[in-house]
Amino acid sequence: MKTTAKIGVVLLTALAAACSQDSQTQKNNENTAAATAVDFQKALRKQLIQAQPGDVIEIPEGHFQLNRSLSLNVDGVTIRGAGMDKSILSFKDQIQGAEGLLVNASDFTIEGLAIEDTIGDALKVNEGKNIIIRNIRVEWTNGPATENGAYGIYPVQTENTLVEGTVAIGASDAGIYVGQSRNVIVRNNRAEFNVAGIEIENTIGADVYGNVATNNTGGILVFNMPNLPQPGHSTRVYNNRVFENNTDNFGHEGTPVAAVPAGSGVVINSNDNVEIFNNEIADNETANVIVSSYFSAGYYSDKSTQKDFDPYPEGIYIYDNQFAGGGDSPDHLELKALKVARFGLTGSLPDIMWDGAMDPNKMVNGELPENLKLCIENEGVGIINVDVQGDFENISTDISAHQCSLEKLPKIVLDFDKPQEEPAAENEVADA
Amino acid sequence: MHKLLWGAVLALMLVGCDAPREQVTVHEREAVPDNLSAWHVVEAIDGKLTLNERVVPYDLNTALFTDYAHKLRTVWMPEGTSAAYGEDDFDYPVGTVISKTFYYPLAEDGSVLRTDDYSGDFAGSGLNLDRVKLIETRILVKRDDGWQALPYVWNDQQTDAVLEIAGDAKRLKLVSTDGSAEEFTYVVPDFNQCAGCHADNHTEKAIRPIGPRARHLNKEYTYQSGKENQLSYWQQVGFLSGLPELSGVPQNVNFKDTEVALAERARSYLDINCGHCHNPNGPADTSGLMLAHDEQDLRRLGVCKPPVAAGTGSGDRRFAIVPGHPEESIINFRVESTDPGAMMPELGRSLVHEEGAELLHNWIAGMPGNCSKS
Repeated sequence: MKTTAKIGVVLLTALAAACSQDSQTQKNNENTAAATAVDFQKALRKQLIQAQPGDVIEIPEGHFQLNRSLSLNVDGVTIRGAGMDKSILSFKDQIQGAEGLLVNASDFTIEGLAIEDTIGDALKVNEGKNIIIRNIRVEWTNGPATENGAYGIYPVQTENTLVEGTVAIGASDAGIYVGQSRNVIVRNNRAEFNVAGIEIENTIGADVYGNVATNNTGGILVFNMPNLPQPGHSTRVYNNRVFENNTDNFGHEGTPVAAVPAGSGVVINSNDNVEIFNNEIADNETANVIVSSYFSAGYYSDKSTQKDFDPYPEGIYIYDNQFAGGGDSPDHLELKALKVARFGLTGSLPDIMWDGAMDPNKMVNGELPENLKLCIENEGVGIINVDVQGDFENISTDISAHQCSLEKLPKIVLDFDKPQEEPAAENEVADA
Repeated sequence: MHKLLWGAVLALMLVGCDAPREQVTVHEREAVPDNLSAWHVVEAIDGKLTLNERVVPYDLNTALFTDYAHKLRTVWMPEGTSAAYGEDDFDYPVGTVISKTFYYPLAEDGSVLRTDDYSGDFAGSGLNLDRVKLIETRILVKRDDGWQALPYVWNDQQTDAVLEIAGDAKRLKLVSTDGSAEEFTYVVPDFNQCAGCHADNHTEKAIRPIGPRARHLNKEYTYQSGKENQLSYWQQVGFLSGLPELSGVPQNVNFKDTEVALAERARSYLDINCGHCHNPNGPADTSGLMLAHDEQDLRRLGVCKPPVAAGTGSGDRRFAIVPGHPEESIINFRVESTDPGAMMPELGRSLVHEEGAELLHNWIAGMPGNCSKS
């Protein structure tokens, strides 16, 4: 019987070959081909497609060229390289796809690799819970250029998201951009030579700490944009070093960050309940901190903005930062003129610039209620209110209206992050 | 036993290369065949791409553009089953197999022809393979837990297509009727990228057919038996149940039908080309731009809407649509771009759809109003 069966198999094989000789030849050629970039790309693509929850996809040491977007749609997968300077996925000659890697999956971890020179965004995670982006580098290797991809690390509509130990360089929009998300920690990252170093947008509950943002156009941005389902609030920016973010704005006109003046340290636009504390913010030539409304972004009109959008930044609390330098060479002609008129040729704008916009509907006896105020408890700091609503007529440096304090925001806790924390961490924050 | 085995081998030999056709075969999700031919839906037989029995061809009022590829679309359902009519979406029975074969008419020198006229694409008894170049066939098969999408790429000999879950890229030369030619890379999407368009609910990630829905199918088709409304035909052959009076069935228009108002043509075009992502549950809902057929809010449709995260795709323009000014509108920039970082749609094209771009240009040029601040 065995013999017969074998003959049968041989016959069938011959038959298959007769009907499809070509695919057989093709396969042989493939098998003999050297391990080329094409093979690597195909193999990686297949791994991502066929991944099962719990899989770890290892990216070996090496410099790998890819020319089409990668994507992952399976929950519970880890992508791990040998290090951000060892395992490099380069998309220099990308012909297809708006991202390097696009992920639509929960319980996703990516760590220890670099994504370079993507034509669009480098890493986009569009929807998903429990996202860990750790020790990766995204970079446009030619330095800042308008032609570079928009976002480096780009989780959007995610929940429970950790971005830590990453490096983002050269994005024509934001190096690290967390949008429309919830419960987010962005810590110990380095963002350089992007238009926006780190941007938190339309996000509810974010802790941004331990980061270095330098040589961007704007260092750390906390924004709300209209026409989106989720307005953001409650972001804490603390223990960061935000210095010399003086790179000329190379963003595309029309993008929200294109309106950010070069030389901006921390910028809050239209977002509510933002705390800025214990940071070192220095030598940002327009202003170390800017607090502004959507009116100042230059896009506001009732045609372009949904009716219920709140353009006013409210409940902003700035305290205990170390400010140094900055404000000495503001971007935008009108700010230059303002500086010279108010502070002289060799003077500087104060550390905090506020556009002064307040919601007239929320005023009580000509004042905002306490919890909506811009409060400043920061020794020696100055403010300039440019009075955007009054057509810049009553520009003021009076800080007295801002001498108040706000209730502090709770710490962001990520369940998967707990084991790494000291047991006393919760108490520590209550004291902070 | 020996006899049985030999019998089986003989039977296989008989059907091996030329023989009466096997029935359409629905392979299990975990055991999909490497070769398209094993489905017995569309097969290259005797120099023709032929449809099996009960495999019904169809087309759409306005179709999604894919680098001027022509598309032979088919549907097959297991005997005795039918799709239940729904105004937005049909409930297809388990075992439904939808196929879409992408091909080009051949030019004399072996390159492929650029034409945006698909009206002569009648499948009838099949496509003559000496006149067309087959590129890929995508299979969508309905399982009891949802649709499965499978990309098959045709071999150079045009004898069969092979499953390529990693997709593929092919260099093609596209020749216009005026003799001008352009080379481009036709990209076959990988398995995950199928979901990029077909999972129009990004959260559920469930894949659905895009084309075979009431408003796209509601048109006449020239069958071998004559012209007939596709939905009526489907009902007649038992593929559709619960079809209401045709007057009550929604209908997209043919974007080239100049008898129809510009806005309607543009909306139908945006619906099929963009609406699968740009809808309130789609992957592009992050943009706040909604382009599906049922969007009524002008700002969500893009009028005077600033971008959110368009990056390079803004083209240095400030609003998705500036009424009267296509040259200032981001939508026009993106559909006229071939830069993968800026163009829309993101997948499925390497070329500009000139005719579609022109339609959107004219639509926005004729739109009343402005975006000045008020």
